[in-house]
Amino acid sequence: MTERKIRVLVAKPGLDGHDRGAKVVARALRDAGMEVIYTGLRQTPEMIAEAALQEDVDVVGLSILSGAHMALIPCILELLKANGQEQVKIFVGGIIPDEDAQRLKEMGVTGVYGPGAPTGMIVNEIRAALAPAT
Amino acid sequence: MSKSVAESILSGERMALARLLTQVENGSPEGRLTLDELFPHTGKAHLIGVTGAPGTGKSSLVNQMALQYRRPAAANPKRVAIVAVDPSSPFTGGAVLGDRVRMRDLAGDPGVFIRSMASRGSLGGLAQATAAMVQVFDAAGFDVILIETVGAGQTEVDIARLAHTTLVVESPGLGDEIQAIKAGILEIADILVINKADLPGVENAERALRGMLGLAHPVEKVFRHHGQAMSTPGREPANASLWVPPIVRTIATDGTGTGALMAAIEQHAQHLRQSGDWGRRERARLEAELEGLLTATLVAQFRASVPDGRYEEVVERLVQRTLSPWEAVKVLLNGGA
Repeated sequence: MTERKIRVLVAKPGLDGHDRGAKVVARALRDAGMEVIYTGLRQTPEMIAEAALQEDVDVVGLSILSGAHMALIPCILELLKANGQEQVKIFVGGIIPDEDAQRLKEMGVTGVYGPGAPTGMIVNEIRAALAPAT
Repeated sequence: MSKSVAESILSGERMALARLLTQVENGSPEGRLTLDELFPHTGKAHLIGVTGAPGTGKSSLVNQMALQYRRPAAANPKRVAIVAVDPSSPFTGGAVLGDRVRMRDLAGDPGVFIRSMASRGSLGGLAQATAAMVQVFDAAGFDVILIETVGAGQTEVDIARLAHTTLVVESPGLGDEIQAIKAGILEIADILVINKADLPGVENAERALRGMLGLAHPVEKVFRHHGQAMSTPGREPANASLWVPPIVRTIATDGTGTGALMAAIEQHAQHLRQSGDWGRRERARLEAELEGLLTATLVAQFRASVPDGRYEEVVERLVQRTLSPWEAVKVLLNGGA
């Protein structure tokens, strides 16, 4: 029997077109043995919540470099909750000011990463966040 | 918890469906029990396989096909499920599943459900649990199930055992007539699609495929069919029940040719029903599935009955070359020295 694989949705909500970071993280999670569903650029919060539901993921990773994180992320959290997926862990990467990062964590985001964050740290924190559940 | 999982699935609850798919994919006992309960509701959907080399445009084509099934102008829009398989890393077991990137047009449509799967070490172009996942969608009432394989090489032909209709997607510049007369993936096509038909070389690609079909002696493509194999020289099959795969040109990025493709798929479905091949394919598929499960279960049971030490000992003797692999099997099965 196969062990339970960690499934991660990696998405870029909003309008910025810089997906290098998302791709690097997707690759790092793959190399850590996770199954990464990569959805690409310019996703609406609705598209992300729908994909998270259909794919029954454990984790949603959001990459946002546009500065719209305080508008987009609460909306995504809301939609996930409405679908009954409040147990899904949210990780955010991008250009997020410290005070925003704090507020996002208060809203329920598990991890927030800026430029230069080591991918190994992201992998470990995803594993740690899911550990009690498994 | 008043409703069982199976009842939730039958009444169309999407979260229940998504969770069952995960259980089935992981081979969990709960998933298996629910699948037992759902099995009588399967057997209604049209299973369409889409295979071909990496980068030929399978995902984009699946996107266009689903749009056609869903388009408002369609008399009765069909509910469409998509199972998209991408490869797992043989080293880490990880995977990047990127098929959704090409299917963004389908977002927001409650009549479409897309599920990505990693191949998890399977080699035939599908994952081990793909057939079971397809059964879940079938029971959940999806009319059409589009199954996209791993970008396949020459022998990833499992899809032809699973699907009613198999599309093999080619694109210009992939190979010459020699590639076209080899055995394997082209043989399993019920419909040949030349995608990226706006690229140079499309004429050559079509000529090579036509040449292949012209040489072919159309044979019945039911796996392990019990009747005699029919072979007919020349282009026209003497027996009208034999299907000659049509060649359809498409440009999946803008939808060109999708109409003709849909017509070909419909014709093939009609052909299967009229000729009785539909039932024969179903039977062959279920039989193959039974055989696979039986093999896996017997092996698992047997392994559980052999003490670990004994197994290791036999492996060690193999390594020492004091036992050949066949002898090792005999020793393990018969409990000999």
